[in-house]
Amino acid sequence: MLLEVNHLKTDFKLKKGIVHAVNDVSFGIEKGEILAIVGESGSGKSVTSLSVMGLLQEPGKVVDGEILYKGEDLLKKSEKELQKIRGDQISMIFQEPMTSLNPVYRIKDQIIESIMTHMKLSRKEALARTVEMLKTVGIPSPGQRANDYPHQMSGGMRQRVMIAMALACNPELLIADEPTTALDVTIQAQILELLYSLRERFNMAVLLITHDLGVVAEAADRVIVMYCGQIMEEADVKSLFSNPMHPYTLGLLNSIPRIEDESGERLYMIKGMVPNPLHMPQGCPFSDRCDRCMERCTLEMPELKEVGGHKVRCFLYNQEAGKEADDR
Amino acid sequence: MNQVKEAKKPLQAERNADKPESQVKAMWEALKTNKAAIAGMYLILILTVVAVVVWASELMGMRILPYDPNDSDLSQSFVAPNSQHWFGTDQLGRDIFSRVLDGTKISLFVGIAAVAISMTIGVVFGSIAGYRGGKTDTIIMRFMDMMLAIPSILLAIAFMAALGKGIDKAIIAIGLVSIPEYARIIRGSILSAKENDYVQAARVIGNNDYSIIFKHILPNVVSSIVVRATLGVSSAILDTAALGFLGLGVQPPYAEWGDMLGRARGFIFSAPYTLVFPGVAITITVLAFNLFGDGLRDALDPKSRLR
Amino acid sequence: MQMIKYMIKRILMLIPVLIGVSIIVFLIMRVFSPDPAPIVLGEHATQQSMQEWRLANGLNDPIWLQYVNYIKDAMTGNLGTSYYTKAPVTQEIFSRFPATIELAIAAIIFASLLGIFLGVVSAVKKNSIFDNGGRILALIGVSMPIFWLGILLIILFSGTLHWLPSTGRLNPLYQPTQITGFYLIDSLLTGNMNALVDALRHLVLPALALGMYSMAIITRMTRSSMLESMSQDYIRTARAKGITNRRVIRKHALRNALIPIVTVIGLQFGSLLGGAVLTETVFSWPGIGAYTVNCILKSDFPVVQGVVLLVAVVYVLVNLAVDIIYAFLDPRIKYAKKEG
Repeated sequence: MLLEVNHLKTDFKLKKGIVHAVNDVSFGIEKGEILAIVGESGSGKSVTSLSVMGLLQEPGKVVDGEILYKGEDLLKKSEKELQKIRGDQISMIFQEPMTSLNPVYRIKDQIIESIMTHMKLSRKEALARTVEMLKTVGIPSPGQRANDYPHQMSGGMRQRVMIAMALACNPELLIADEPTTALDVTIQAQILELLYSLRERFNMAVLLITHDLGVVAEAADRVIVMYCGQIMEEADVKSLFSNPMHPYTLGLLNSIPRIEDESGERLYMIKGMVPNPLHMPQGCPFSDRCDRCMERCTLEMPELKEVGGHKVRCFLYNQEAGKEADDR
Repeated sequence: MNQVKEAKKPLQAERNADKPESQVKAMWEALKTNKAAIAGMYLILILTVVAVVVWASELMGMRILPYDPNDSDLSQSFVAPNSQHWFGTDQLGRDIFSRVLDGTKISLFVGIAAVAISMTIGVVFGSIAGYRGGKTDTIIMRFMDMMLAIPSILLAIAFMAALGKGIDKAIIAIGLVSIPEYARIIRGSILSAKENDYVQAARVIGNNDYSIIFKHILPNVVSSIVVRATLGVSSAILDTAALGFLGLGVQPPYAEWGDMLGRARGFIFSAPYTLVFPGVAITITVLAFNLFGDGLRDALDPKSRLR
Repeated sequence: MQMIKYMIKRILMLIPVLIGVSIIVFLIMRVFSPDPAPIVLGEHATQQSMQEWRLANGLNDPIWLQYVNYIKDAMTGNLGTSYYTKAPVTQEIFSRFPATIELAIAAIIFASLLGIFLGVVSAVKKNSIFDNGGRILALIGVSMPIFWLGILLIILFSGTLHWLPSTGRLNPLYQPTQITGFYLIDSLLTGNMNALVDALRHLVLPALALGMYSMAIITRMTRSSMLESMSQDYIRTARAKGITNRRVIRKHALRNALIPIVTVIGLQFGSLLGGAVLTETVFSWPGIGAYTVNCILKSDFPVVQGVVLLVAVVYVLVNLAVDIIYAFLDPRIKYAKKEG
């Protein structure tokens, strides 16, 4: 296991109360695997990734759990030790390519900075590597474009630069936080394609954070569905799409528009809204929006259980409720 | 006719959303939590009370201050601070404590009156420039830019030289030099307000220019003017003190803090205490308006409040 | 090339500014001010001598002609002569200007270095003791009259501690050979170390007094600008690269925050020339500020007009310099558009 997250809890201490943004989340990523975390905004998926990177900002704080990278707990490491790992072994790309690059530096300087922080190379060698990386991520005439400032590039190009920067030091794990959300649809596909091919070429693991199941279907090996800071379902990608178990997963899948669907039915939408993190419903956090909510759901929190190759957090699949699940 | 009525509806809705009263209320809510601003407000209140009490007692011929601020007694000159004279006495034997308290009324009065002048003229010119646009705008704003290219203290001194010395002239001189700041703010606000739907609507229903400025635009820029004016009082008080220090501002027999410092300057080594308290008074007064003005500005701009 | 075009354009804009500024001064000092003749010649001057003096100085011409004549002369570099010393105005000004510029530059350097430092510390350690202390210092800095701060500094460092001189620019004993008029530069050029040390000792207090207000303004601006830039996405990217916090703050946050800070520094340098009037009075600094006040009071019109024109030129050039530095700091800015 390359990365193993166990019982991670991240809180945000606000004036009005404590928000448990990530609440007892556990998962693992194997070498070379693409694991997607899917969820709506506010589900805690981004906070999970920032917790792994050690980049949480006040008032966010990891309060419990462990994050084992190659068996070592990142939470026990000093800021200095983390800096050695960040950008070198674990690197990250973000949602907003338009604002994620520093506007006052040429892109080559921003990539060289990363390379020279972690690798013992001269500036000249670092520049050569920069150009090579830009070529790898598919930037035409990379030697020239290296001299550009971020504002001279399109959003898609900038995200490629971000990827080049993230991969410059051969990381073993890339965390991609909504890497395609801000981009045009055609560009989205290109970037995903790129990530997919680079994963194979560099044999790195990717933690892909997204709200878009389409992105998941295209790129991921395994999927975690998060809701209100908790894992609702975990499965490999094929199984999740062919046999979704949790009502929330089902709801997400049904709300994807399909071109081949000519029934003329209106697009399905999950009713209600994500609950206010300060006023969570008792019991299952999804209970107030769930089509198949039972009385028990509003009283107790279901466990995450292994059922038929999936892990799922729902009373429909607990022994006592097993019958009902078969009726489905 | 129907169309006109329809245009008026969204206009009303817009106006209610931006109603000055609700703006003031929101500002006050934000201000209440700002300790520094509240401290500034109380300081201003205290200073105002001191000024009014001193002034009223003087009018009624009562003596509230421990000594007559203008009563010189050469046998008592340069007494260091003691239990009789808390702040000591100056070169003419006048009680500095009484003079400092007495000076509050001059500084507040000159500061506020000067701001009233620059604000009024600035608002008028800024409104015209912003609303009319075109050549009128260019001429007015270019003139304002020229004034900004001359250091304001030099300009004020030149006005004083032209007008002569005295409290009324100091007010005018200080008032005139800060006109451009207000004109700029108003013009900017009006240019952006002009694009607003409710102003467009007011035009559509045929309101005339001046009623649009006064009824629709000014109420919506009032808050930014108030902020600027509050901070403007502090710089006007500093300017008053500076003119006084150079011997150009308010003339005796009025006790004015800057003038007191200017006259005591020769005794900087022999009687340094004569130079301490008037300066403290200026600093506290200016600080009070700065604290309050900053608080108002932060209350107006929620983005800066987050900091 | 675009930059040069832009600069030429901006420098040409000086012409209308100078015309406007000279009209303002002309209006105040010649149209609305009292007759200078009795002031210059003294109360006991005869009617006839006053009449002759007015004639000699062209004050009997219609006011518009006076202005036209002034501009005509000014275009040939002749700004007239002082009513009192009879020396050319240019000479009067340039013998005193270096002292003021030296003081103003020392003040702005002090204000910028300390202001940026305090502002950065304040922003990085937001809501700490440093932050609150720095903000209080900045508030007091903008609330104190310059001349009073000068007086306090003299009382403390000259009167009580006897560390530094209270007045003047240099002990005449050490006078360096005049090359540029800037004592610090002249003493360095001539290797006159005594003069350098003495000039520095004289410069410290006035520069502190003059720079304090600007320091406070720059501190505030730096703090808010740093807070703004530290909340940007590219700072998160930089931290994700694994570079040290120090480097994130210096190379990424401060570098971006500098853009608005530079503007404020430029504006402050302009206002320092006004503040110099008061500082020079307090410290008996032989510069242009205190001298100009005197000339205004004595109705020495040609000198005042000359000084104001010069100050306006400096003001415009400083603004231009700020815009150019801006373009270097922010690659997104191009001066292709008119007026940038």
